[in-house]
Amino acid sequence: MKMKKAKILTALGLVGSLALGTGSALASGGEVHLKHEHWSFDGYTGSYDQAALRRGLQVYRDVCSACHSLDYVAFRNLSDEGGPSFPEKMMKAIAAEYEMPGIDDEGEPIMRPGASPDYFPSPYANTTQAEAMNGGAMPPDLSLMAKARRDGPNYIFSLLTGYEEEVPHDVEVLEDLNYNPYFPGGQIAMAQPLYGDDVEYADGTEATIEQEARDVAHFLMWAAEPRLEERKTGGRKALLFLIILSGLMFLCYRMVWSDVDH
Amino acid sequence: MAHQSNYNPSNGFTKWMDERLPIIRLGYDSFVEFPNPRNLNYWWTFGAVLAVALIWQIVTGIVLAMHYTPTVEGAYASIEHIMRDVNYGWFLRYGHANGGAMFFLAVYIHMFRGLYYGSYKAPREVLWILGMLIYFLMMATGFLGYVLPWGQMSFWAATVITNFFDAIPWVGGSIKTLLLGGPAVAEPTLNRFYSLHYLLPFIIVGVVILHIWALHIPGSANPTGIEKKGPQDTLPFHPYFTVKDLFAVAVFATFFAWFLYFQPNAMGHPDNYIEANPLQTPPHIVPEWYYLPFYAILRSITFDIFFLKAQLLGVIAMFGSIVILFFLPWLDRSKVRSMRYRPVMRFFFILFVLDCFILGWVGANSPDVTVLGIEAKNIGLFSTFYYFAFFMIIMPVVGMMETPKPLPEGIHESVLARSGKGASKHADGDA
Ligand code: HEC
Ligand code: HEM
Repeated sequence: MKMKKAKILTALGLVGSLALGTGSALASGGEVHLKHEHWSFDGYTGSYDQAALRRGLQVYRDVCSACHSLDYVAFRNLSDEGGPSFPEKMMKAIAAEYEMPGIDDEGEPIMRPGASPDYFPSPYANTTQAEAMNGGAMPPDLSLMAKARRDGPNYIFSLLTGYEEEVPHDVEVLEDLNYNPYFPGGQIAMAQPLYGDDVEYADGTEATIEQEARDVAHFLMWAAEPRLEERKTGGRKALLFLIILSGLMFLCYRMVWSDVDH
Repeated sequence: MAHQSNYNPSNGFTKWMDERLPIIRLGYDSFVEFPNPRNLNYWWTFGAVLAVALIWQIVTGIVLAMHYTPTVEGAYASIEHIMRDVNYGWFLRYGHANGGAMFFLAVYIHMFRGLYYGSYKAPREVLWILGMLIYFLMMATGFLGYVLPWGQMSFWAATVITNFFDAIPWVGGSIKTLLLGGPAVAEPTLNRFYSLHYLLPFIIVGVVILHIWALHIPGSANPTGIEKKGPQDTLPFHPYFTVKDLFAVAVFATFFAWFLYFQPNAMGHPDNYIEANPLQTPPHIVPEWYYLPFYAILRSITFDIFFLKAQLLGVIAMFGSIVILFFLPWLDRSKVRSMRYRPVMRFFFILFVLDCFILGWVGANSPDVTVLGIEAKNIGLFSTFYYFAFFMIIMPVVGMMETPKPLPEGIHESVLARSGKGASKHADGDA
C-alpha cells in the first residue's frame, strides 16, 4: 500500500509527492516491511466482508476488550449498513450483555443492561487506572487505530502475528516488554494477545492466529472508517460523472473554438 | 474599466437596474464581453479553478462548522461525530481537508505560471501583490484550520510553529502569548484559531475581488508576453473562455474527486487520528505538504551569525522567502516578459522549480537523514541559498545581461505562425 500510494501520487505529478512518499517510508520506521494481506475493502470496488467483521468483533470482545477501549463505536453501529449488519435483535442482545451505569426511578446510581445507543464501555475507570494496570503503558483506544498508523490494517495484522519471530542475538528485551519487530523500537508493552484458538468462531471458521489477526484488523478498519462502502460507491458514480462531464466540456470547447485560430 | 462598455440593457428591468446599480453591466463587461488574448494556454485556467476552490472551501466549511465543537474536550469527538453520524459528514470533512490541499496545488501552479510568463511585470504589479496577499492569507487559514481537529499533529504543529515566535527579540514572547491566548497551546488557542479560521476566507474573498478588478484593468497577459493590440488578438470571454475554464474545472474536479473518494487520507498524517496529548510528543512533527518548503527554510539555518541566533535567522529566512515574492516586479530587470523568449532565465527557472521540490523533501525528513552521503540539513541549506539567489542575484543579473530571442510581431501573428498558417493569410470570421 505504502509504496503503491507513493507511486500513484508521483505519477499524478502532485506537487510535493516526492516529499510525501519518502516521508512516509521513513516515518513508519523504514527497516521492517509489513506483511501484506489481501483486504476486501481495498481498491475502487472494495467493501467490507460481513462475515470477517462479525468474526473480528468476536476477537475484539473476547480478547482485546480486556485491555483496549473502542470509544467511538456504539452498539447501534453493529446494525449499520456497510458494517457487520447484525439484525436489530442480535445487536440489542449483544448490547444487553454489557453492564452500563444508569439511574433508577429514585435517581440512585445503578448498573443496567446496555442498549443500542450506548457505546462500547472502556475496561478502565480512567487513564490513570489504565496505565497502572498495564505497567505504565496505556493500551490505546482502538476505534481509529487502523487510520492512526501508516497502512493500518497491514500494520495491525503484522503486529499481532509478529510476536512469533525469533529475537535477534544483538537485541536485549527489557523487562515487561516483548520483542516485536513491527512495533517502532521493536519492544512493546502488550504481551502477545493472540495464539490461535483464542475464540470459538460462531461461523465455524478455524481460529488460527492468522485468521484471528486478519479478522480483528478487518473489524478495526471498519471501526475507523465505517462509511467506507458509502464513500466508494459514491466515488465510482462521482468519478464516472466527472469523467463524462469533462469529456462533454471538452467537446463543447472544441466546438466553440473550431472557427477561430488560437 | 479598461475597455469600453458595450452593454445594452434590453428590457425594462435591466434598464431600470442599470440606472441605479449597474451590476449587470459590470458582470457583462467582466465575464461576457471582456476581451481576452486568444492565445492563452491551460496555465491560464487555474484562476478559474481557484475561484471555484475558494467557494468550495467556504461552503463545505460553513456546513462543517454547524457540527464542530471548538473545545479541547469536544473538538476531536465532534470530528468523529461528523465522520460517523452526520449525513455525508465524511464527504464534507474529506472534501474540506483534501480541498484545502487542492487549493494549494492550484495556487502553486497559478503562481509558477505568473513567474514563468512574467505576469507580475508592469502594468500588473498590484495584481501580483494582491495575489501574494491572498497566498499569505491562505497559508494562515490553512495553518489555523489544521489545528481544529485537535489531533496530535494539530496540537504539535501549532506548538512548534508558535514557538518560533519566541525567537523574535523583545516582542516575540508577547506575540506568542497573544496568538495562543496563554503560555501554551490550549483551549483559548483553539477558540481564537477557530474564530480566525472562519474569518480569513471572507477576507480572501475581498482580496480576490480586488485581484480580479486589478486583472481587468490591463486584462490577462499571455504566453507571448506581448500586450494585445487590437481585436485581432482577442476573443470575448464568453463563450470562448467560459467553456475552456469550465472544461479545466471539470478535469481538476475529477482529479480532486479521486483523492476525496479513494485516497482521502493520503495527504494527511496518521498521527492526526490520535487525539491531542500535550504530554506525548510525536517522533516526527511535520506540517502539511504545502508548507514543507518553508518549513525546510525555517530549519535550514543551524548556526548563529554574530549576535543573531540560528533560530531567529531561520524565522527571518522563512518570512523573507515569502516577503521577497512581493518584490518580484522590481527584482526582474528584463524588458521581455515571457520566459518563452528567455532561454537562460528559463534554465534557472526550471532549477528553481526543482529547488522547491527538494526543499519540500528536506522539510518532510529529519535533518540528519542522508542522501548520497549528504545530510538533509546541508541539502536544505544549499537549496535555501539557491531559493534566495534565484530572486536576488539571478533574476536581476540575468534580466540585464540576457539577449532574448526575437519576439513575434503580435499575438495574432504568433497564433497564425503556431497553427501553421502564414501571417499574411488573414482568415476567420472574427476579425
Ligand atoms: C493484556 C492487555 C492487552 C490485550 C489483551 C491486548 N492489548 Fe493491545 N496493547 C496493550 C498495551 C499495554 C499496549 C501499549 C503498548 C506499548 O505502548 O508498548 C497495546 C498496544 C496495542 C496497539 C498499538 C501499537 C502501537 O503501534 O502503538 C495495537 C494496534 C493493539 N494493542 C492491538 C490489540 C489487539 C487487536 C488486541 C486483541 C487481539 C489487543 N491489542 C489485546 C495491551 C493489550
Ligand atoms: C484565492 C486565490 C486566487 C484566485 C481565486 C485567483 C484568481 C485569478 C483569476 C480568475 C485570474 C485570471 C485567470 C488566470 O490568469 O488564471 C488570475 C490572474 C492572476 N493571478 Fe490570481 N488568483 C488567486 C491567487 C493568486 C496568487 C496567490 C497569485 C500570486 C501571487 C496570483 C497572481 C495572479 C496573476 C499575476 C494573474 C495575472 C496572470 C496573467 O494575466 O498573466 N493569484 N487570478
